[in-house]
Amino acid sequence: MDVLFTGLYVLVFPGFLTILVLGFFSSWIERKVTARVQYRKGPPLLQPVYDVVKLLGKETILPKRGNPFVFAAAPLLGLASSSIVAVMLMIQPLVASSFVGDLIVVVYLLTLPSLALVIGGAASGNPLASQGVSREIKLMLGYELPFLIVVALAVYKAGFRIDLEGLSGASAPLSVSGVIAFIIALFCVQAKLGFPPFDVAEAETEIMSGTYIEYSGPLLAVFKITQAVLLFTLPVFLITVFWGGIRFVGLDIFWFALKYVVILVLIIVIKNTNPRIRIDQALKFFWGFCAGAAAAAFGLAVAGNVFGIAWL
Amino acid sequence: MTLTTKALLKSLWVFHLSTGSCNNCDIEVLDCLTPRHDVERFGIKLAGSIRHADVLLVTGSCNRKSAALLQKLYKEAPQPCFVVAIGECSLSRGIFIHSYNCPQPLDALVPVSAYIPGCPPKPEAIISGVLKLIRKVKGKR
Ligand code: SF4
Repeated sequence: MDVLFTGLYVLVFPGFLTILVLGFFSSWIERKVTARVQYRKGPPLLQPVYDVVKLLGKETILPKRGNPFVFAAAPLLGLASSSIVAVMLMIQPLVASSFVGDLIVVVYLLTLPSLALVIGGAASGNPLASQGVSREIKLMLGYELPFLIVVALAVYKAGFRIDLEGLSGASAPLSVSGVIAFIIALFCVQAKLGFPPFDVAEAETEIMSGTYIEYSGPLLAVFKITQAVLLFTLPVFLITVFWGGIRFVGLDIFWFALKYVVILVLIIVIKNTNPRIRIDQALKFFWGFCAGAAAAAFGLAVAGNVFGIAWL
Repeated sequence: MTLTTKALLKSLWVFHLSTGSCNNCDIEVLDCLTPRHDVERFGIKLAGSIRHADVLLVTGSCNRKSAALLQKLYKEAPQPCFVVAIGECSLSRGIFIHSYNCPQPLDALVPVSAYIPGCPPKPEAIISGVLKLIRKVKGKR
């Protein structure tokens, strides 16, 4: 019976299938809101599904000069890690299956989709892809630093709990440092998603989709699914760690949905109101402004703890 | 018609290729993506890389240099991939028909699925051309 339930949890609810549907829905919202912001009508509801099904039916072209095996394996790595994170985040409030240190596992797994992009792009043997790869690596170096600082801040505020259950109980957003941490984490999520203004690695107009340039057919579909899953997973991660966590009882489901929509719309608005920045500007932004603000927020949190001021 | 073909017709990603046009056709193609015409309604999107493309929109008169590149690009596109000729130049070389530099029309180089005449064609004409391509693939007239 246990095995059956575990299988059900992993594959159907809240596992892969549910997350796939929610991911597609989020990516439709993303495209639709983008279209509305630009006074367009936007694509129909099933558009992400059409895209993926279409890609499944196209020819797969493996690079001749690259490494075909790594090229084909990389998208699967990204999809696997992002869906594991999604399941871990969603299953924790459902069956309270949290273990000490699962936050660290989640943070590590969240870097894997970007790494998959790096590996896949590098294996494709295309000069423009390697340009994209180099940018993606620099971007990762950039956003991981402030991201880890703000995650450490959340851990500190939760009383040094490094499990998702402990973190989701904490009330980080009700303080100045918590709000700063949330905003910086939002910027990092924007970069993790590869959305403007941080879409340097796949800049369509200058390096022709960069890391994705050689991908076609089903392999590209896997990348599209990964992006959709990430678009669902990363806001959920933000809610869990920085915004009071998720509970699936009564009115809390509604609050969860509301928080999710707010974060999604924030991401979309940032995406649509900012032009792409150069990679050096992105590095300066993350290492200078974001890391500085994150460290300051950490200082505030420590001060608040030492002097007993709750709202710091 | 298979499921993937059905999905293909609802999500045509176009790759825009100019083989020596006067740039006017290219501007009209880009017009289709603007809010007024918004082809994303039909799932049509501009692809950055030829590997993601389902439709090759060709404008221009296929001069000697770009003809070789055009054939190379066509081979690089993942099948099924349709070619749409946009503008008088790519249909029949237009005013460049007697030029030393434009020896062959587009459909002598690669198989063309739809022709959109005009110099340049209106955005409405381009959209209706793509619609005709969809009908053709579906097997209706
Ligand atoms: S068809 Fe006319 S508008 Fe189009 S590229 Fe040729 S000359 Fe220019």
